[in-house]
Amino acid sequence: MATLFQGVGAVTPFSASSSLDSNKLLLPSRKSLSISDSRGSIFVYRSDALNLKAATRLQLSPGHQKRSPSEDLLLHQSRGSFGAFGLYLHCLRIAYPWHELLLFEALREGLEEEMERDPRVCVMGEDVGHYGGSYKVTKGLAEKYGDLRVLDTPIAENSFTGMGIGAAMTGLRPIVEGMNMGFLLLAFNQISNNCGMLHYTSGGQFTIPIVIRGPGGVGRQLGAEHSQRLESYFQSIPGIQMVACSTPYNAKGLMKAAIRSENPVILFEHVLLYNLKERIPDEEYVLSLEEAEMVRPGEHITILTYSRMRYHVMQAAKTLVNKGYDPEVIDIRSLKPFDLYTIGCSVKKTHRVLIVEECMRTGGIGASLTAAITENFHDYLDAPIVCLSSQDVPTPYAGTLEEWTVVQPAQIVSAVEQLCQ
Amino acid sequence: MWISKTIFNHFKSRLNFTPNYAPLSLLSPRRFASTIAQNPSTFNSIHDANQVIDFPGGTVKFIPEMRFISESSPQRIPCYRVLDDDGQPLANNFVQVSEEVAVRMYSNMVTLQIMDTIFYEAQRQGRISFYATTIGEEAINIASAAALTRDDVIFPQYREPGPLLWRGFTLQEIAHQCFSNKYDNGKGRQMPIHYGSNKHNYFTVASTVATQVPHAVGAAYSLKMDKKDACSITYFGDGGSSEGDFHAALNFAAVMEAPVIFLCRNNGWAISTPTSDQFRSDGVVVKGQAYGVRSIRVDGNDALAIYNAVQAAREMAISEERPVLIEALTYRVGHHSTSDDSTKYRPANEIEWWRLARDPVARFRKWIERNGWWNDMAESELRNSLRQQLLHSIQVAENIEKPPIEDIFNDVYDVPPSNLREQEQWVKDTIKKHPLDYPENISA
Repeated sequence: MATLFQGVGAVTPFSASSSLDSNKLLLPSRKSLSISDSRGSIFVYRSDALNLKAATRLQLSPGHQKRSPSEDLLLHQSRGSFGAFGLYLHCLRIAYPWHELLLFEALREGLEEEMERDPRVCVMGEDVGHYGGSYKVTKGLAEKYGDLRVLDTPIAENSFTGMGIGAAMTGLRPIVEGMNMGFLLLAFNQISNNCGMLHYTSGGQFTIPIVIRGPGGVGRQLGAEHSQRLESYFQSIPGIQMVACSTPYNAKGLMKAAIRSENPVILFEHVLLYNLKERIPDEEYVLSLEEAEMVRPGEHITILTYSRMRYHVMQAAKTLVNKGYDPEVIDIRSLKPFDLYTIGCSVKKTHRVLIVEECMRTGGIGASLTAAITENFHDYLDAPIVCLSSQDVPTPYAGTLEEWTVVQPAQIVSAVEQLCQ
Repeated sequence: MWISKTIFNHFKSRLNFTPNYAPLSLLSPRRFASTIAQNPSTFNSIHDANQVIDFPGGTVKFIPEMRFISESSPQRIPCYRVLDDDGQPLANNFVQVSEEVAVRMYSNMVTLQIMDTIFYEAQRQGRISFYATTIGEEAINIASAAALTRDDVIFPQYREPGPLLWRGFTLQEIAHQCFSNKYDNGKGRQMPIHYGSNKHNYFTVASTVATQVPHAVGAAYSLKMDKKDACSITYFGDGGSSEGDFHAALNFAAVMEAPVIFLCRNNGWAISTPTSDQFRSDGVVVKGQAYGVRSIRVDGNDALAIYNAVQAAREMAISEERPVLIEALTYRVGHHSTSDDSTKYRPANEIEWWRLARDPVARFRKWIERNGWWNDMAESELRNSLRQQLLHSIQVAENIEKPPIEDIFNDVYDVPPSNLREQEQWVKDTIKKHPLDYPENISA
C-alpha cells in the first residue's frame, strides 16, 4: 500500500522534531501557499516504492486549479536528489514544519490538543483509559488527564452514549468511542431519539456537543458483526452530522472540528486505515466538517468516494491515467450533509459521475448521493450515475469472499471505461 | 535454572502484594492490579473451612456446602414512613420542615392536583390533544423537589411536573407548552406534558422510557468533574426499571461514584402491566444492592418521608460521591394518559379507594392543619384561586398563535444548513400558493 506524503520535500529525511520554532518563521510566502488557511490548498506528494511521481494536489477550496511554479518543480522525480533541488526542498521544509505520523496517532494528536485547549473535553468508552483504546487512539491520555477525563465504561453502549448525552447537556464536551462502530447499533436509541432530537425538542435550550467516533468498515476477516458500515443506518437521523476521515491529515482536522462543533457529530474511521502514514503540518489546523476534499482534479469523470475506497479509487486512477483517462477524484468526507457545492462544480465540468463506496447497495450513502445529484444536477449529466457499492450481504469471513464484497480497483476501472465510452 | 530462580524470586516478592479488593476511588491512580495467585504453600490445610482464594474482584471464602441464594428474602424490605394515614407522626426522628416550607409544599401539591384535573378536562373537551396526570403522586413530585436545591439537575420521565412548579415554572408556561403555542419553551416541538426549562435545571422530557437515567449519570459525572455542590436526580417508574438503560446506569453510577439520586415511582402499573408482570424481585429497591448502590424504600404518599429521604440521599450523594436509589411506593390513581382507560384492566373501586382514602395531599393537609398552619378557609381560597388562574391561563394560551414555520427547521443544528433552508423555502412557497389548504393561524 502506498504511503501518502504531504507537505514539501518528502524525500530528505530532515528531523521532524527539529529545534525550529514555527512561530518565528512567519515568512510572507507562507500565506500564498495557505497551509495555515483551512480553505487553502495543501500540496500532496504521493509516492510509492517504485514511482516517485507526484500525482495529486489536495484542494480544499473548490475551483482552484492553477498550479504554482514551485509545485511544478516538485513534480519531477526527486528520489535521492540532494543537490540544489534538495536544498530547495530543505528550505521549504523549514518554512513549513511538518512531522510524520500514523492515522491513529493523528487522531490522538487532535484529541489531545483539544483536551489541552478545553478542560471540558472528555473521552468515554470501553478500554479507552488505561488500556489506551483498542486502536491506541487514546493511548497515554489517561495518564495525562486522569481517570475522570478519560473514562473506562462498562459494556453498555446505549447507556454510556446516554451518559455522554447527559454530560454534554450539562456542559461537558464528551467524545464517545465505540470500540467498533457496529457496537453503536446498540446506542441507536440514544443517538436517534435523544442525541439528534433533544436540541430541537427542547426549543434550543439544551445543546449536545458530543462526538461519537469509532472504527467501522470492512476489515481483514473480522467477521460480519465487526464489519458493519453504519453510515447508511445513521444518515437519516435529523440533528446529527456525519464525517468520514481517510488520511492522517483530515483525521486530525476533522477530529478537532467535530469536538469544536456545537452539533452532535459522528466521526467514521476505518479499521484498515489506522496505520496510514503521512506528514502533517506542525501548526494547528482545523478542517471544515461540511467540505469535500479534491484528491485529484481531472476532466473526464467525477469519482466520488470516501474512507477506504478513496485508496482503491486512487489505485484505479493510476491505471486509468495510463489508459488515457483523466478522472477527477473527490473524497466527499462529509456524509451528512453532502458538500453539493464541490460535487456540483465537478459534475458541471465532467458531466459523468461514478460513486464508489463500501456501504451496502440498498439505502447506502451512494444511494442518497445519487438521488441528491440527480435532483440538483440532472441537466449537467451526460450519462446515468453509476454507483459501485458492496453487495447486500453480511460480510463473509473467508478472505477471498470478503475481498469480493468490497469494490476493487479493477471494477472501478471497468466502470469508468464503460461510462466514458 | 537461573531463569526459573529469578522468576521464582519475582513471584515471591509479589506475595506481599494484596490483590485489588479494596474499594477503588476514581481519584486514586489505578493500574492493572495483579491477579497472580498466592503461593500454594501459604494455604491452610484443605480441611479448614475458612479457606479463601483471590479471584479477580477480591478474596472469597470457600464453603463445602452447595448453597443457592434464595430468589427472595423471607421478609420484604420495610418501607420508611413518617406520618400515618391520618397525618400523625409515627416517631419524632424526622427532619422538621418549617411552616413556610410546609405550606409551600402543600400549596404546590394542591396546585398539581387541580392543574391535572383541569388539563385532563381540557383534553377531554378537545382543547389539547394529550395529557397525562400525576394524581396520587403529588407527594413524590413536590416533596422531592423541596428537598433539593436549585442547582440540582432534574431528569424527569414524564410524570413529574411537580419539581418544575416548585422551582417557579408558572401555570401559564405550563399552558403554553400544552397548547404548543409560540411562547412554549420547546417552540411547539413536543407533545403536551413534555416540559423542559434550562433556567429551572429541568431537562426536557423525552417520550422514550428510561433514556433519561443514563443522562442523569452523565450529568452527575459532569458535576463531579466540576466539583459542584449539586447532584442530579432522575425519576422513572416501575416499568422504566425494566429497561436496559436503568441497569447500566445504576452500574455506571456505582463504578464512577457519581452523585446521582435514582428515584423510582413504583406506582403499581406500567400502562396495563401490573408490577407482578414487570419483575419478580421485591420491587426495585433490592436491585440497588446488586449494583453496589445504597437504596431505601419509602412510602411515596408520605410527603415528609419523601422529603427526609431525598434530603439525606442528596447529602450522601454529594459528600460521599455515591449514587442512591430511592423506591417510592405509591399508586397511579389516574389513567396512564388520556389515551388510556384504566378501568379496562383494574377495578374502578380500587382506583376510587386509592384516590380518596390514600390521597397524599389530604394526608399532608391533616398534618399541617394539626400544626395550626392551615385551615378550611385557606383551602377553599387556594382551590378557587387556582381554578380561576388555570382557566384563565388556558384561555390565554389557546388564543396565542402557533410557532412560525421557521421553527420547523431551526435548532435541528446550531445553524440551519442549506438543505434545510431549501426545504423551508419549499414549504413556505407551497403555503403561499395554496393558502386555503393550510391553517390560518400559522405565520409563514
